[in-house]
Amino acid sequence: MKIDVEHVAKLARLGLSEEEKKLFADQLSAIFEFAEMLNKLDTKNTPPTSHAIPMKNVLREDKVVPCKNVEDILANAPEEEAHMFKVPRILE
Amino acid sequence: MSKYETVIGLEIHAQLLTESKMFCGCSTKFGNKPNTNICPVCTGQPGVLPVTNKKAIELAIKTAIALSCKIEPSSVFARKNYFYPDLPKAYQVSQYELPLATGGHIEIEVAGQKKRIGIIRVHLEEDAGKLVHQGADRIMGSDSSLVDYNRTGVPLMEIVSEPDIRSPLEAKAFMETLQHLLQFIQVCDAKMEEGSLRCDANISIRPVGDKKLGTKTEIKNMNSFRGVLKALGSEEKRHAEVKEAGGTIIQETRYFDDTTETTTGMRSKESAHDYRYFPEPDLVPVEPEGAWISEIKKTIGELPEAKKQRFETECGLSAADAELLISSPVLAAFFEQAIKLHDKPKIVANWIMGDLTAYLNENKKAIDEIDFTPAQLVEILKSIDKGTISGKIAKTVLVEVLKSGKQVKDVIAESGMTQVSDEGEIIKIIKEVLKHNPGPVAEYKKGKKATIGFLVGQVMKASKGRANPGMANKLLAKLLAES
Repeated sequence: MKIDVEHVAKLARLGLSEEEKKLFADQLSAIFEFAEMLNKLDTKNTPPTSHAIPMKNVLREDKVVPCKNVEDILANAPEEEAHMFKVPRILE
Repeated sequence: MSKYETVIGLEIHAQLLTESKMFCGCSTKFGNKPNTNICPVCTGQPGVLPVTNKKAIELAIKTAIALSCKIEPSSVFARKNYFYPDLPKAYQVSQYELPLATGGHIEIEVAGQKKRIGIIRVHLEEDAGKLVHQGADRIMGSDSSLVDYNRTGVPLMEIVSEPDIRSPLEAKAFMETLQHLLQFIQVCDAKMEEGSLRCDANISIRPVGDKKLGTKTEIKNMNSFRGVLKALGSEEKRHAEVKEAGGTIIQETRYFDDTTETTTGMRSKESAHDYRYFPEPDLVPVEPEGAWISEIKKTIGELPEAKKQRFETECGLSAADAELLISSPVLAAFFEQAIKLHDKPKIVANWIMGDLTAYLNENKKAIDEIDFTPAQLVEILKSIDKGTISGKIAKTVLVEVLKSGKQVKDVIAESGMTQVSDEGEIIKIIKEVLKHNPGPVAEYKKGKKATIGFLVGQVMKASKGRANPGMANKLLAKLLAES
């Protein structure tokens, strides 16, 4: 299985050099081939697994718990204005 | 008749009425200072653990039941991966392959014609943040944007319709019916203008008789029922024009501009819709058990259509009156409480839809926004029955109670508007009237019996509307005969 590294990198907003593209293409293909071993198994009667642990309905009551470090979160903003995160132009 | 048939499917997003967010304890309150209802979970800090809000699941199940959907035995949250500044985690948690519920329907009515619109699915997800664009009044042309994450992670329920809708009018009717239902079962306040109820549409046209669907476009930014109507009307026309000119429709997302009432195509940086969904590893499946679903079902109560039927058959109201009363859940509740105290549904309905609604409209208030109870209305109506006040005076009393917030009995007492049912007092007024109207009295005696109507009117006027009309009539006839 050939991996389209450029497409995957674009979706992840990663800029890769030519060497990196080749390196990751080989590595990702190897990982994919490893996983493809599962195709040899008969999974007709196996339900798709979404989670490794057999748990369900882990829920919390609808209660407001105010956060104490709001300002710390905002401090991560590259730029701040009017208590908001300022981001560059979205559309080209 | 157009040679094309329009096909529309709607995707509705409804903010659920919870106190806290979908996966964290931040408040969902609207209108707070930007970025104050945020925490490490909803802003996607590393190492946090989201936990699902039980109430959000319950409200979505409630909706699914009301839409006659099948509740799925197991539903799973997934990560929908894309980059956008209003999404701090760079993925949105949303149910994808395994939604909470599937396969329901809702009945709409357009121009007296009933029609069933299928519901494909109901699922849960989280809302994104809010962007304020700078340097322009909209995203196109703005230099930078400010992000408020207060809304990020607010529980959102998505309802997807089948492409059963055939006109912009049907789309509008669908939205109105759904809004009404969501408000009735109290899962969402469903105000389109405030964004608690939103809708996107997929629209295409095909030659009448064709089975194959035409290329669709997705329409966003319709912020009102009128917007839905205008946006889809203009898009339907554009599709036909492009086809007539021999062109082809491009599958794209288009934004509705309510100042020009047209849609515009828009290319975003994220052109490839490759969301790479995968199960959210931090959230385990939701598997509602029968007993839990039954409990939720009990909280639904009577649905609007059933209530309307009951108002017609049990209360003897006309279809139009019943429709008006159920137009708002709070109005319907007010009516029901009132008739429990006063078993005259038609009279109660007339007062609610007449003078009370007139006052509410005039003051732009809903019935639950004023300090007036069904018991107060009933007290006024019972005062009419007892003869304490006349029907006409009762209208004045109602408005005074609404305006002042005073007790009904106090308003009646203070205003001196109680009905005069004392024979002596009425006779005194009648004698005055007869003295001042020798002409009509003479006419009456000559045989023009209709003149009594005029004289009764004069008696009512002289008593400032307080004389008991029945007694005034009887006594007047008696005095005229004696004189």
